[in-house]
Amino acid sequence: MLKRTLQLRTSPHLHSGTSVEAIMFHVALATLPACAFAVYHFGLAALLVLSVSVITCVLTEHVVCHCRRQPTTVADGAAIVTGLLYGMTLPPSLPLWMVVLGAIVAVGVGKMLFGGLGANPFNPALVGRAFLQTAFPLAMTTWSSTASDRFTSVSRSTFTWPLMRPDYDPSSTDGISGATALGLWKSEGTLLPLPDLFWGTVPGCVGETSAALLLLGGLYLIARGMMSWRIPLAILTTVAVGSLLVDQFESERRFDPLTMWFSGGLMLGAMFMATDMVGSPLTGWGCVLYGVGIGALVLIIRGWGGMPEGVMYAILLGNAVSPLIDRYIHPRLFETRQRSAAR
Amino acid sequence: MHTTDAAASEPGVFANGIWKQNPVLVQVLGMCPVLAVSNTTINALAMGLATASVLILSSATVSLLRHWIPPQARIVTFIMVIATFVTCVDYLVQSISIELHRALGAFLSLIVVNCLVLGRAEAFASQQSVRRSLADAAGMGCGFLFALLCLGTVRELVGSGQVFGYPLLGDRYQGWAIMLLPPGGFFSLAGWLMFFRWWTLRRHSASGSTFQLSGPTDG
Repeated sequence: MLKRTLQLRTSPHLHSGTSVEAIMFHVALATLPACAFAVYHFGLAALLVLSVSVITCVLTEHVVCHCRRQPTTVADGAAIVTGLLYGMTLPPSLPLWMVVLGAIVAVGVGKMLFGGLGANPFNPALVGRAFLQTAFPLAMTTWSSTASDRFTSVSRSTFTWPLMRPDYDPSSTDGISGATALGLWKSEGTLLPLPDLFWGTVPGCVGETSAALLLLGGLYLIARGMMSWRIPLAILTTVAVGSLLVDQFESERRFDPLTMWFSGGLMLGAMFMATDMVGSPLTGWGCVLYGVGIGALVLIIRGWGGMPEGVMYAILLGNAVSPLIDRYIHPRLFETRQRSAAR
Repeated sequence: MHTTDAAASEPGVFANGIWKQNPVLVQVLGMCPVLAVSNTTINALAMGLATASVLILSSATVSLLRHWIPPQARIVTFIMVIATFVTCVDYLVQSISIELHRALGAFLSLIVVNCLVLGRAEAFASQQSVRRSLADAAGMGCGFLFALLCLGTVRELVGSGQVFGYPLLGDRYQGWAIMLLPPGGFFSLAGWLMFFRWWTLRRHSASGSTFQLSGPTDG
């Protein structure tokens, strides 16, 4: 990568001096606290899911590059980040063969088929998760509880034979029905205690439970200037304001803004998924619009949709409209009051 | 593409429709029923047979009437001929199995607007003898049926581990529900297109002949 910041060629002339490798390294670093907590909270199963997904993503990228007779792009670290983020969205007791299949879809279909890093319209990690959610709805909504022997043994479902139906332990049936915070809220109208939600000692996907550590990782990236602060701010503000509004009219549904923030995949999605540089708009106001749209969709799917959680579909839809946002919101021309003309 | 057909004999015309100009895998025509009703093998078979019989009957009729159809009103006439046979096939399927009729749903009546059927009437049957039109329609119909079966087999096998309802992969198999849903149609169509294109390219590069990629024709 070029280190010089002023480049004598056609615009743009200023280079920030960072590189894809550096950004990917810091994003991976920012997810590490949440990943470490996941391993502590869910035990060996979370470690297996995360490592299998990272290894499969890297291998898939390498193999696709090899098949296209192109130099391998594994070294830029994007596949590692995709693997980490994808692994964080999976239930810890998911059979490993499903983890492998989803990772192949995430990198192979979600990214490499479109031409690799920078050309993918959707967040690859969420493409993989959406595939699994549609293919195996039951396995993707089966949550294990945290047993005391979680560091020495894993759920029977983890080592299911490839392509075979997973077999969940009958002994820990309470673990099977260990509903997530949003599931409980939607089906029974009960709210889990806020501190548990904030620190993450609740059932859920591998890396989504600890809102505090995800927030920390996000703030680190914002402080380093490697992430648009407008997107998470817009998403979280929209969700909070929307919850307060709904609460005014339908108080029996208990739309609590803080519960909405800290439960489900909202923090993971707002901090690490929606801010993916490839799938988000280019301009500041475009990012705000994109974030507001995602926040509103999250609230609508959670409140009135068929599923308890909707962050994944909200972000994928946001990715789909972000080229349209860029089409209509143009950057302001330097030292003028006008925006650049429409193409 | 029809200039080359003119010289071919009836068996050549027939084979052309199945392989070289396969309506789905080469011409990419009639995508709506291909994607929508290929979720099980039995649906694909029924849809393929229904489309093929409409195609054969309408091509023969259009070819018989080709000297009396005024060129200004030819599309309307083709559509009316096709619609008549679609209604016949629709009633026939109802009389055979009401469940099958329900599974195929609106797509049975929508054969009327399948651009493959109209396309063969306009491009081939209205200009050629009845024998050649029959050979062409039979080839195209078989090609359509073949492609639908390709998709339907993969979708049912991966989606539920069965083929024609027979559990081929055992009862412990975890079906991929996505393959039975609309995305599965797109995935398997893309997979088959990729496979056939790769195969054709490989055969042509092996024989050393110069081969030009023929993109999907507009239809």
